[in-house]
Amino acid sequence: MKVIYNTLFKRTSAYAVAIMASAFFFERAIDVSSNTIYDTINKGKLWKDIKGKYE
Amino acid sequence: MAATLRRFNGFRLLKSTPALSLQQAKNLSTASSWANGNKKLIGAVGAVTGGVGTLLFALEQSVQASGTEVHPPAQPWTHKGLFSSLDHQSIRRGYEVYKQVCSACHSLQYIAYRNLIGVSHTEAEAKAEAEQIMVKDGPDDTGNFFDRPGKLSDYFPSPYPNEEAARAANNGAYPPDLSYISSARHGGEDYIFALLTGYHDAPAGVVLREGQYFNPYFAGGAISMAQVLYNEVIEYEDGTPPTQSQLAKDVATFLKWTSEPEHDDRKRLLIKVIGILGFLTAISYYIKRHKWSALKSRKIVFVPKEK
Repeated sequence: MKVIYNTLFKRTSAYAVAIMASAFFFERAIDVSSNTIYDTINKGKLWKDIKGKYE
Repeated sequence: MAATLRRFNGFRLLKSTPALSLQQAKNLSTASSWANGNKKLIGAVGAVTGGVGTLLFALEQSVQASGTEVHPPAQPWTHKGLFSSLDHQSIRRGYEVYKQVCSACHSLQYIAYRNLIGVSHTEAEAKAEAEQIMVKDGPDDTGNFFDRPGKLSDYFPSPYPNEEAARAANNGAYPPDLSYISSARHGGEDYIFALLTGYHDAPAGVVLREGQYFNPYFAGGAISMAQVLYNEVIEYEDGTPPTQSQLAKDVATFLKWTSEPEHDDRKRLLIKVIGILGFLTAISYYIKRHKWSALKSRKIVFVPKEK
């Protein structure tokens, strides 16, 4: 805990950078995982599953 | 901070009370200091809100219980689930049904050929579909209007130039635009499916005027649209057997898409929203416990003075 505090939270500059970097990775993680869930649930019904037949 | 608290709440939050009663929520409530009139007003507003809600619910129920039409049964659509997308193969077949059957009388004026791209057709296919129609454009350099083949940006052509022409051609009845029909009718795609497959002979005692047909799912029972979907009335390019119920199901799915083109994105977004809000809820819970831990675990002990 102390390491996290000293490296990330102690100085405002490091804190701001940590917030922006973690926001980026959090967004990517949520986005990619929800898209995977959605595509798995609806496999075979989506356009990208059938478009191979028409190209 | 303490001064502000004191201004709004008197000493209630600031004075030290025994630790046990500190945790009682009623000591944190501001309602006890309200004037009597305030309490009555809030109570009245609550009662009126609840009453109006109950009334609306009751009215909605009573409307469903009366009326002259049969309510459509709920069908097991593959897009019915909370996270279920539309069946795009079905949308593509539904477009064929619309183009070859429905478009003879019904317009679809809010859908353009470009909307089909990435939903049911590739760009090349959508271009080919658009080029099959003729669109009046102009004026050109000499001020004349001219006909040209359709482009991707063109909207679906309407079978009649205006409502009067449509009525004149259909015995006085106006075939509604189908762009938002699934959202515009009670029952949505269930209604469309039931209507298209629900034609049968009028029961004894029901008098139909000329050009009217009997359909129990249509309000009043007398509909000016004849039955259009029969087994094998068209042929699907993907080889699906074109039974009447298959045709009706596909065109209902297609019209669901035209009514709600954002349907798939909406459900995709729901998963993301659940993920993000779940994360935020967990953080809020942790921070609440963290901030309250000092308050909840403190003890006030009476230590008598030693003499």
